[in-house]
Amino acid sequence: MAYIAGRILAAVPILIIVSVFIFSLVHIAPGDPAVLLAGDNATPQQVSEIRERLHLDEPLPVQFGIWAVKALQLDLGQSIYSGQPVTRLIAQRVEPTLVLGFVTLVLTVAIALPLGIIAAWKANTVVDRAIMGFAVLGFSVPVFAIGYSLVYVFAVELRWFPVQGYKTLANGPLETLRSVALPAFALALVFAALIARVTRAAMLEVLNENHIRTARAKGLGTARILIVHALKSAGVPIITVIGIGLATLIGGVVVTESVFNIPGIGRLTVDAITRRDYPVVQGVILFFSAMLIGVNILVDLSYALFDPRVRG
Amino acid sequence: MSVTAPSEKPAAAPDLPRARPSRLKVFAEPTTLISLIIIGGFVLMALCAPLIASDPIAISPAERLDGPSGAAPLGRDHLGRDVFARAVYGARVSLSVGFAVAALTTIFGVAIGVYAGMSRVGGALVMRLNDAMMAIPAVLLAIALAALFRAGLLAVIIAITVPEVPRMVRLVRSVVLGVKAQPYVTAAVSVGTSGLALVFRHILPNTLGPVLVQATYACASAIIASAVLSFLGVGTAPETPSWGGMMADARRYFRIHPELMLYPGILLSLLVLAVNILGDRLSDALDPRKLKRGGL
Repeated sequence: MAYIAGRILAAVPILIIVSVFIFSLVHIAPGDPAVLLAGDNATPQQVSEIRERLHLDEPLPVQFGIWAVKALQLDLGQSIYSGQPVTRLIAQRVEPTLVLGFVTLVLTVAIALPLGIIAAWKANTVVDRAIMGFAVLGFSVPVFAIGYSLVYVFAVELRWFPVQGYKTLANGPLETLRSVALPAFALALVFAALIARVTRAAMLEVLNENHIRTARAKGLGTARILIVHALKSAGVPIITVIGIGLATLIGGVVVTESVFNIPGIGRLTVDAITRRDYPVVQGVILFFSAMLIGVNILVDLSYALFDPRVRG
Repeated sequence: MSVTAPSEKPAAAPDLPRARPSRLKVFAEPTTLISLIIIGGFVLMALCAPLIASDPIAISPAERLDGPSGAAPLGRDHLGRDVFARAVYGARVSLSVGFAVAALTTIFGVAIGVYAGMSRVGGALVMRLNDAMMAIPAVLLAIALAALFRAGLLAVIIAITVPEVPRMVRLVRSVVLGVKAQPYVTAAVSVGTSGLALVFRHILPNTLGPVLVQATYACASAIIASAVLSFLGVGTAPETPSWGGMMADARRYFRIHPELMLYPGILLSLLVLAVNILGDRLSDALDPRKLKRGGL
């Protein structure tokens, strides 16, 4: 319990610094923040209105205080473009992003773990080189290039999947799955490349240890040793890199949603940025950062599953 | 280590004093050579762009989306611009962003990382800030920064460098802490070596290898990030030829002219692949543990 509480408490200062940083984004940029926030087509009157509403003539720390208190109450201000509350915009868009993220994660693990394990088992053979070659390729090809290649082959030519768009869960989970299959696969290829490399490295580390030799000597089968004995010991670094890699994944989601025209938070981000809708941009970055911090707390907590020393 | 443990090898001819393979040997490996040649080729292409290709900005609406011709060997885009010329010139943005981000990340990352490793109180503070920066998804931060500072090569470079630095800081600090714990550093301190001399004589040389590897990876990810920024429309100015921008332009004509997407995509992937492979080779060469034997 103390461990869990400690992990959660440690996240608080990080979240505070992150929000200071996100808050100051608008202030680092050259120019008057009120003009920036008002958008390109604002009249002088609108600018002064915004200055007043957001207390932009107050000293910076006071401004941050006001902004942070509101943020804690889940009030991230209003979109300049649509006038809607940022929190509502995010809430409306959260489903596709979460579904896409979840399916990607499942696909990633399904691709990366077997590949990483096989590569470590067959280390320094042709199989290993082929898998690792695929892995380097995976994170060298930009996700939008993979995305468009998949669309061309599987949606335009073969017509197995829709080219673009998202079907909500209300249409039935199968339809949803079909609509996120290509974007999730594109993202998973990139993410799996990263995870497969770490899995291989972690497995190699473990396979050289004595307890594996003991297991071998006991006459256990290869599959059992690899999966039950080695993978469990290799779990911590693999889970850790999944947590760290999530930052990359979020970046990928932003790009992928715009390739596949999925109305999620990534799409919201890109739209907000092209419209210079700064309250939305700030809100979305805060949302993703909080999510990242939250997932990494879960990652820390999951160490207890793999490593009994953490529990004590 | 137990003294009585039987030696693993039978006492055959002692093969111990074999010379350690030189780290420079990595440059003679075929994969390293190939990736160096590819990167060199791209650099040459970027430098000699005016000699190889025609004007990448000149528009020719009458010839829009025309197929390959003598004047435009890869055809023309939706504004009638020469796709080949834009692809050749596109190497300039990618390479300048890649190299500039790698260099800036190294300078700031090493400076901050060494400070964080050497100073106890300041170091803790720096690492808190660093952790917070790493909690913001890099691409998102880069997009936001690039959008705030408006289009331009410098803005793109800064926007990509900012989220890249914390990773370097964390790496350098961990190396510094490791070196500081070494007995020879304690010895150096005890004979009165000053902090600055310690840093330059003992600490910095030890960071060189890991920093080189990390800088190579930073270069690769910066090239992708700059393409992402251009693709999303917050990168360099739209008329500036860049691979990401070409792919963004090609989106609307994707079904009829997928090749417009394909050319820049292949060039981009090839360059990033070469840089990543170089990073891997350097990393293997500098970290002997990587050569661990696997299998069961």
